[in-house]
Amino acid sequence: MASLARLALTQDEALAMARDLEQILAHVASLDALDTEGVPPTLHGFDLPTPLRPDRAAPAMDPELAVGNAPARQGSAFLVPKVLEEEG
Amino acid sequence: MAQAEKVLAGSLADQRAALDRSEISASELAAASLAAIDRYADLALVVTRQDETALRDAEEASRRIAAGRSRSILEGIPVVLKHNIVQKGESATCASHILENFVSPYDATVVERLRAAGAVFVGRANMDEFAMGSSTESSIYGPSRNPWDPSRSCGGSSGGSAGAVAAGIAALALGSDTGGSIRQPASFCGVVGFKPSYGRVSRWGLVAFASSLDQIGPFARRVSDCAALFEQMAGHDPRDSTSLPEPAPKVCERLDGDVSGLTIGLPKEYFVESGVDPGVLARVREAITELEGAGAKFVPVSLPHTAHTIATYYLIATAEASSNLARFDGVRYGRRAKDPVDLEDLYRRSRSEGFGAEVKRRILLGTYVLSAGYYDAYYGKAQRVRTLIRRDFEAAFRGCDLILTPTAPETAFRLGEKSGDPLAMYLSDVYTVSANLAGLPALSLPCGLANGLPVGLQLLGKPLDEITLLRVGDAFERRTPHHRLVPPAHARGGA
Repeated sequence: MASLARLALTQDEALAMARDLEQILAHVASLDALDTEGVPPTLHGFDLPTPLRPDRAAPAMDPELAVGNAPARQGSAFLVPKVLEEEG
Repeated sequence: MAQAEKVLAGSLADQRAALDRSEISASELAAASLAAIDRYADLALVVTRQDETALRDAEEASRRIAAGRSRSILEGIPVVLKHNIVQKGESATCASHILENFVSPYDATVVERLRAAGAVFVGRANMDEFAMGSSTESSIYGPSRNPWDPSRSCGGSSGGSAGAVAAGIAALALGSDTGGSIRQPASFCGVVGFKPSYGRVSRWGLVAFASSLDQIGPFARRVSDCAALFEQMAGHDPRDSTSLPEPAPKVCERLDGDVSGLTIGLPKEYFVESGVDPGVLARVREAITELEGAGAKFVPVSLPHTAHTIATYYLIATAEASSNLARFDGVRYGRRAKDPVDLEDLYRRSRSEGFGAEVKRRILLGTYVLSAGYYDAYYGKAQRVRTLIRRDFEAAFRGCDLILTPTAPETAFRLGEKSGDPLAMYLSDVYTVSANLAGLPALSLPCGLANGLPVGLQLLGKPLDEITLLRVGDAFERRTPHHRLVPPAHARGGA
């Protein structure tokens, strides 16, 4: 699960988390007692249709500002470790 | 300075009057607020000062007031922001290492609107990391301490905002409420906290925790002050697709002190003797008697799925959080781990180094309940139960105009009392989470003391009916002295 969540846990952390999560999952298991056959799910606070806006060009954020918080950048691009291996 | 401190400790109306009569300038008031932030530094309430922008905005406000050109009731009034609401050029750490060095490139809609109305943002309030908590203990700044008793919690997650208003750092503050994060700290600190209906206030510029539940709202020492702040920041915002396409309701002009003819529901599931501190229950019953005397009628109502709200809430909130917090990957902003071997390692270590234990716990739970094979059993189930909870309220509101409950089952607990037991912490939100699940407006206001600590009264309204809530809250305040209680001087750092 930690791998799916992109988290690296130490052995101790993983044990403590597993214990906490077991306790929490035991509590939420109380929902199993409820009959929800035919009950529609509530996805949001209100039932609103997805609003559409006019398809009109508008100024975007200044690229300098947009990448201003990047831990590593080159010009207005974000830098990350190499993803593709070079072909040998 | 003594004069400035006195004005600072007053209500919005007091501050407005002092500014308009030139007894004090907006610049002096802002300076007093900044000084108060330092004076209460030990309590870790407001953890970041915004001197430069605050003094600049205050000077502009001073000029406007002197020229008789105030933009609104908020002209020159100091306001504290929770650390998860962004302001251009300022920090918004969410009390997390992962955003420690973040500087916002834009303004949240609420910041834009309140600034245009003349508000002066003096500093940023402490909170539980990413708003995940009920005690403001899981923060990189250390725990916020309650001005009523520094050994106790301010509640959370907006504990710093509530504590700042209680201590007299500012008359107004903003917080966010996903499962009670405005109302429970308001209750613990003896101030007014208001969560508007879902969609009333734009979430643009609020760092997302659980998007179907999050809502920004005000803290103040008076219901009428909360109403004024709400009126200035509510209303449709095209940048938030979940913002209601309606203008802000005019609430202030409706606060007439009249509650006669209103029917208030008392949910029997919330008044179970075993689950509530007897002192809390006693104060809430006195409040009922008071409102009865003012002409309101009380009827019993039932919310049969109350026992399932915490489980439902934690499944939905963690699922949404695990998805929302996927954006913190060490690439575009926030902390990045040193010397990653590849992109996967960059993600994993940046997140593991940046997030605290409670945030990791919730991301893991959310990832689990959304994972293949468990989705229907957990997340899907919770969404269906959410419908049942919403229907409970629809049925109850057929027989009453609003619902009254305690805000929390207890007064402020001691720091450390629950921090080792996540489930016990989650259960402390038992009375507040249902309003978020059902999208309802909800107000917490002081109704006296128990064991020397503040008790909060919660009013839950029909969807979009902020007016009735604020009217009843204001009417209660006019008839009672509780909102005038302030923390004992010895606990307030000798102020």
